[in-house]
Amino acid sequence: MRSLRTRLFAILLITTGLLWLSATVWIFLSTRAEVERVLDARLMEAARMVNSLIVSQDMLKDDEASDRPAQSAMRIPVLDHPHYDRQLSCQIWSLDGTLIGKSDSAPNTTLAAHATGFSETVINGETWRVFAVENAGLGVRVLVGDNLRIRDRLVNDLVKGLLFPALLIIPLLAVLIWLSVGRGLAPLRRLAGDLAARDASDLHPIDGLDTTKEIRPVLKSLNGLFARVAGAREREQNFIAFAAHELRTPLAGLKTQAQVALASDDRDIRDKALGQIVAGVDRTGKLVRQLLDIASVEAVEDGKAAGAFSPGEMLASLGTELRSHGTPAAEIHIDEQLRSLKIGMEPELFRLAARNLLENALNHSPPGTSVRCGMERQTGGVVIAIDDAGPGIPEDEMAHVTERFFRGRFRTAIGSGLGLSIAELALDRAGAELQLRNRAEGGLSTRIVLPQSLIL
Amino acid sequence: MRILIVEDDDILRDGLKVGLALAGFTTDAVGTCDAAATALAANGFDAVVLDLMLPDGSGLDILRDLRANQNDIPVLLLTARDTVRDRVAGLDTGADDYLGKPFDLDEVAARLRALSRRSSGRATAALEWATLKLDPARQSVEQAGKPVQLSRREYSILHMLMAHPGVIFSKAKLEDKLYGWQEEIESNAVEVHIHHLRNKLGPGLIETVRGIGYRLGGAG
Repeated sequence: MRSLRTRLFAILLITTGLLWLSATVWIFLSTRAEVERVLDARLMEAARMVNSLIVSQDMLKDDEASDRPAQSAMRIPVLDHPHYDRQLSCQIWSLDGTLIGKSDSAPNTTLAAHATGFSETVINGETWRVFAVENAGLGVRVLVGDNLRIRDRLVNDLVKGLLFPALLIIPLLAVLIWLSVGRGLAPLRRLAGDLAARDASDLHPIDGLDTTKEIRPVLKSLNGLFARVAGAREREQNFIAFAAHELRTPLAGLKTQAQVALASDDRDIRDKALGQIVAGVDRTGKLVRQLLDIASVEAVEDGKAAGAFSPGEMLASLGTELRSHGTPAAEIHIDEQLRSLKIGMEPELFRLAARNLLENALNHSPPGTSVRCGMERQTGGVVIAIDDAGPGIPEDEMAHVTERFFRGRFRTAIGSGLGLSIAELALDRAGAELQLRNRAEGGLSTRIVLPQSLIL
Repeated sequence: MRILIVEDDDILRDGLKVGLALAGFTTDAVGTCDAAATALAANGFDAVVLDLMLPDGSGLDILRDLRANQNDIPVLLLTARDTVRDRVAGLDTGADDYLGKPFDLDEVAARLRALSRRSSGRATAALEWATLKLDPARQSVEQAGKPVQLSRREYSILHMLMAHPGVIFSKAKLEDKLYGWQEEIESNAVEVHIHHLRNKLGPGLIETVRGIGYRLGGAG
């Protein structure tokens, strides 16, 4: 694993270095341009000065000029700087091509062939930058030249002067960057330490009030994750607890009633206990049936495999079946529209879902009320609604009622906590959806949402 | 001994109510936390048989409330969850005993007797007073080594008096311990039972403290 600190350090150092380098290049280039401009101006000025000196002092007379040999050409004094000595060289040529005078550092050959202005010439391997002024009145040409080697040295010295402190500073900067990055990453290190020190089962949220803005989102998602894992763990434990309760309680009831029947000599008590045993076996039978229903729903391979049927007819026959088992009082009304609807899905899945929903609705209905099965068309499909006048589902239980073995506050004695879970599972397998809604006028509306693709 | 049964499954609740009554307890049964809280607030119970999973909450909450209110009535938890962790949680919350479903009715009765014995500070199961010996496990009474046949109500009154020797029980209190809510109490029923007890065990055993109630008297 690469260290974030090293990574940040490298990035910062490289970018700082590059920035420094480009700044240096820029300074180098602009300094050189500026130095050249200044030196060119000086060349020009020097050439003009020499020219004006010649004019004012009338140093050159025609006769003298012709007498004077090139070797003993007039000395032109130039101010020397020990380090940049002989930077400027000066030559005075007559227009006919004889060297009238030159400075010490100037070569003997002509610095430039042109009449006026700037030019560059290579003499003995050295490049010269030359400015020429022609004095037609006196018949001379003044050439003032700079040795480019010396010019470059000047620019280089300038840039070196800038680079030297930089080279000293860069290691210092590196140390500072390393330390600052370390300090900047401290909250992250603290968080990592907190996490490492945690127990595996500790799912409490991390307290992050004092942490930095950048780490807060990480912390938030971590805490979110903790909450989800804790929730999943709790649901799992609840499931086991609910399952154990739902499976063992009827057995305990059967055993207790059987022992009552065995222990009592009173005929009434014994008969009542035996009656309770029969009821208990019925309930346990229903529980076993529902467990098998879950298994069979889970075993269905293709729930969308079409078998065409009318949900209205199916609900009607389920209603008759449930009544024959003695499920109580409420009337069942089935919308005519629902009878003419034809849907294409695995009929067994719909039957299981509808049976459990209808059974729930009937079991929760107060006597004398009715359970209404109706349908609504909506965009993208059809909703089959089974509405009862029972107590509905408390909103805080809504999210849990389809969990297996979950039984809410308004449970009935014969419920098992599996009905809604079977209905949801079966509809999901068939490509439909189960929605639960409390009705404004009281009671629950269980809604089977069928997408258009299932409607024939 | 009057027992409150808190269990939401109606078949099991009915089984416990009838079965424990057969074992000599006076039983009342409820199916929700709310009803249990109301019943317990009225007091008068000697022990509670408590299911953990109730429609409107957890039996543990009832237990916690009881203990928070300094009520140390013996509580026997009945639950489907009987892993070690669940048992520990139940006992730590203040339960006195724990039974996993499905259980044996006789075991529930035996454990309730043991709880009541422990709560009244006795180590042995049998109660003795002079030549009288009462065995709660067998619901049997012997006088000077000879068995005495008592009705269920007579036995209950004698059991109560012998469990708290010297304590005066008012008629109302005896009725309370003797009858569940749904049971009809005949007026002067307690007097009739006391009368029968005196006939069977001798007139001096149960003293009438005029205007207050009854207690065990000198040697019967």
